Amino acid sequence: MSGQSLAMTHVPGAKRHSPPPAWRKPVLMGAPLVLLLVAFLVFPVGQLLALSVYNGQGFTLAPYAQLFASSLYVTVLWITLKISLATTLVAVVAAYPVAYLISIAKGPAKSRLIFWVLLSFWTSFLVRAFAWVVILGRNGVVNSTLMSLGIIDSPADLLYGFGAVLVGMVHAMLPLAVMTMLAVMENIDRTLPRAAGTLGAKPGTAFWTVYFPLSLPGVAASAIMVFVSAIGFFIVPALLGGRKETMITQLIIDQVQQTLNWGLAGAISVLLLTVVLVVFVLYDRVFGFASLTGESAVVRNRDTAMRRLGGRVLAALGSASDALIGLMPRRHPLRGRAERPLALTAFVWLLLVLISLPAFLMIPLSFGKGGLAWPPSGFTLQWYQQLLDSPIWMQALWRSIVVAFGTGLLSMAIGVPAAFLMVRGRMRGKGAMLAFILSPIVVPRMIIAVGMFYVFAQMGLVGTILGLVIGHTVVAVPYVVMTMMAVLRNYDTRLDLAAQSLGARPLAALRHVTFPILGAGMLSSFLFAFATSFDELTISLFSSGGLSATLPKQFWDEVTLQVSPVIAAVSTGLLLFVATLIFVADRLRRRSLAG
Amino acid sequence: MSSSSLSVQGLAKRYGDFVALAPTDLVVADGEFLTLLGPSGSGKTTLLSLLAGLVPPDEGSVRIGSQDVTYAPPYERDIGVVFQNYALFPHMTVEENIAFPLKMRKVAAAEAKRRAGEALEMVHLPHIAGRYPRELSGGQQQRVALARCMVYKPSIILMDEPLGALDKKLREHMQLEIKRLHRELGTTVVYVTHDQEEAMTMSDRICLMNAGRIEQLGTPADLYFRPRSLFVADFLGESNILPAALRGRSGDEVEIGLGTLGVPGRALANGNDLPPGSEVRVMVRPQNLTVARGAGNAVGGLQGRVSEVMVTGSLTKVYMEPLDGKLPPLVAAFPTRNETDAVRIDDVLTLSWSGRDAVVIADMTADRARAAGTA
Repeated sequence: MSGQSLAMTHVPGAKRHSPPPAWRKPVLMGAPLVLLLVAFLVFPVGQLLALSVYNGQGFTLAPYAQLFASSLYVTVLWITLKISLATTLVAVVAAYPVAYLISIAKGPAKSRLIFWVLLSFWTSFLVRAFAWVVILGRNGVVNSTLMSLGIIDSPADLLYGFGAVLVGMVHAMLPLAVMTMLAVMENIDRTLPRAAGTLGAKPGTAFWTVYFPLSLPGVAASAIMVFVSAIGFFIVPALLGGRKETMITQLIIDQVQQTLNWGLAGAISVLLLTVVLVVFVLYDRVFGFASLTGESAVVRNRDTAMRRLGGRVLAALGSASDALIGLMPRRHPLRGRAERPLALTAFVWLLLVLISLPAFLMIPLSFGKGGLAWPPSGFTLQWYQQLLDSPIWMQALWRSIVVAFGTGLLSMAIGVPAAFLMVRGRMRGKGAMLAFILSPIVVPRMIIAVGMFYVFAQMGLVGTILGLVIGHTVVAVPYVVMTMMAVLRNYDTRLDLAAQSLGARPLAALRHVTFPILGAGMLSSFLFAFATSFDELTISLFSSGGLSATLPKQFWDEVTLQVSPVIAAVSTGLLLFVATLIFVADRLRRRSLAG
Repeated sequence: MSSSSLSVQGLAKRYGDFVALAPTDLVVADGEFLTLLGPSGSGKTTLLSLLAGLVPPDEGSVRIGSQDVTYAPPYERDIGVVFQNYALFPHMTVEENIAFPLKMRKVAAAEAKRRAGEALEMVHLPHIAGRYPRELSGGQQQRVALARCMVYKPSIILMDEPLGALDKKLREHMQLEIKRLHRELGTTVVYVTHDQEEAMTMSDRICLMNAGRIEQLGTPADLYFRPRSLFVADFLGESNILPAALRGRSGDEVEIGLGTLGVPGRALANGNDLPPGSEVRVMVRPQNLTVARGAGNAVGGLQGRVSEVMVTGSLTKVYMEPLDGKLPPLVAAFPTRNETDAVRIDDVLTLSWSGRDAVVIADMTADRARAAGTA
């Protein structure tokens, strides 16, 4: 094409048109997600809560009378709070050094650390909880090791107690705590502790008076995420706890599955939801919700007694750690100074090995002849054979894959436009809308699952693939929106404008410029939704119906009814699957960055 | 001669194969304002980090006053650092930021508050003590960073491109401000910048760095009028660098012949005592050229055809193609007057200069990094 004709060429289809109404685009982008959440979150949860005061004929408070008639429910609520708080405390304290080390590590060391955290993060809760059953059982790893060493004579009762539940819960929540904290720590300016050093602060003081206060929003965000997840959790207490460790979600399951007392289930849900809401309101008062998305919290309290006290405590901690560091044998101060302290690195790797190990124990057990007793003996492939021959397991696997794909696609289709709207749109009520979109994370999963079951039953969606896809999308879509928002925030919108100035219409700009650049981020969002669905148990527990189980549901039925080494084979398969997924996702991400 | 407050001997830093800083010697006098100037990757920031103790050196030594601090951590050196992005602590108020170094030195709270107040007075910001860094403008943050550094009167203040993030007008204002504070406090300052104008206006001495080593160390006038190498001549301001042959010598001046025609001229020997006949370069600054219309016949007359006329504000620049095709393009500058439009493209002009305004450069290396790469 000659230069002259190029100059004459205009964009095909370019014409004068009146501006579209300003409301149309945001509505089209946000409506599908809002509609989904209204129909399958607000409505079902509302139904369930309504059932606690409406018995089919009229208003009633009978369920609440039943709730407070015996001390059972209050006691269970108290236990639930106790376990959740203890879990939160331990998980956050243990997660801190891990997240800190990852945030200061560089290059391959950082990728390795993140890989192990992600591996635990994505390894099914069921696999990890079940691993602890094997480790702590009468013939488990701990007991047989201690006995063979002659430390104890007869197996100790390690399972079915507060300790076992706490270990299992912390193990389940630690990766979540690390990832949440890391988001904030990555944004802390590394020159600040160095600046403190040039101003005369020793390393301990620089850490406690500068770095630590800046990382607090991350600690708070991590604490609330862990607490809310823990309070709605039932897998670990059900598998590792005794009767004294019953958590409130287990009571809801009992009411729905055994006594069919919907009113009482609703009343318990109200109780649970109230506790969660109170915690969230307190959190917002102290830290502000902004810190949840990794943005630095707005400082509100200028000069309060609280703040001065905090300052003094931190200064004291700083001096104390400097005194401790001073006691240690000192290499040539600057020459031997490593960016990453050796003791910290050793501690973090020990922790990572500890959180990865349980799932890996499933591998030798799955090839052993001796069932689930430790140590494994002999070599056999019979458990894998049984697995492959079992139509129940194979159907469950197939169903899970189909549902996970459907969930991934649907979540992307409605989550990505909403993320664009949240990051780029200019409108009122954005904060409120974001809070609404993220609410499926906040509302305890059990309440969503039970409410959904009730509504699905009326609509004939129980036991259908469509029902499961819808249900899983409700809980997966907030993660898609969150990851896509993070990706979009780092995206230079001027590239779109450049494309449009070069003649690309908005859709063409999306196709040729925006999506290719955002590809990696979109893939990881999709995988996030896929994995969330693939591991989802709570909703599937009710809505998959009796015969059309998903993989986690089948796993759950199996471990609660009978324990067979086939479980170890399934666990091994799941572990491999997750590891491959993370590896491939990481590879794709790197290639897209290189290209 | 004042005593030295900072001395560096054979200091070097490598990252793998990359030589960030070749073995370097440097002595900074007490109360001096020394600027480390150079393009990016020249080693100026590495040298500053070594002085601050932010990275350990591979060899050599650093002394502050009479103390060897080569391997001392930053908090044991008597230094202050102003970072490029200011590094103000976002969770502390302005006052707390400024009092931080005093607190680290166990100064009583009341005394620290008083001195922080004084430091704020000094940078003309007494009213913002209770604010947080994010509530300040860029210029205010800069002043707070300065106040935080000066409040504990360190014997040396290191500044790493402290004005890089400010717009031109504010930057010029802050240059004056920093000079004033330097004068009032009498502290030694080591200042890193890649902006040659900033270096010229502020420094007692400039240490021009290139490819991990010191290219030339001297007063701004030394570097500007008596560059030792082509790199220095080229880096600082605009210049005409012409190939020439040495003819003879009289006092501190030499006679030269320019280009293929051997147009006669004069230049300062600049410390070179090369024998007559040597090939050298001669540098003349554009504003030191005298422009005459037509083909003049004065001594040192170079003729060129005007290719571009630019009014840059106070100066008018005229770019010319020399009639002697072997010479590089020339540029002359003179104060802008109302009738500058008198010079037009394609006019032929004659350029001449005083022997005191031209210098001989014997060192032909223009780019050590490239020279080292091809060696």
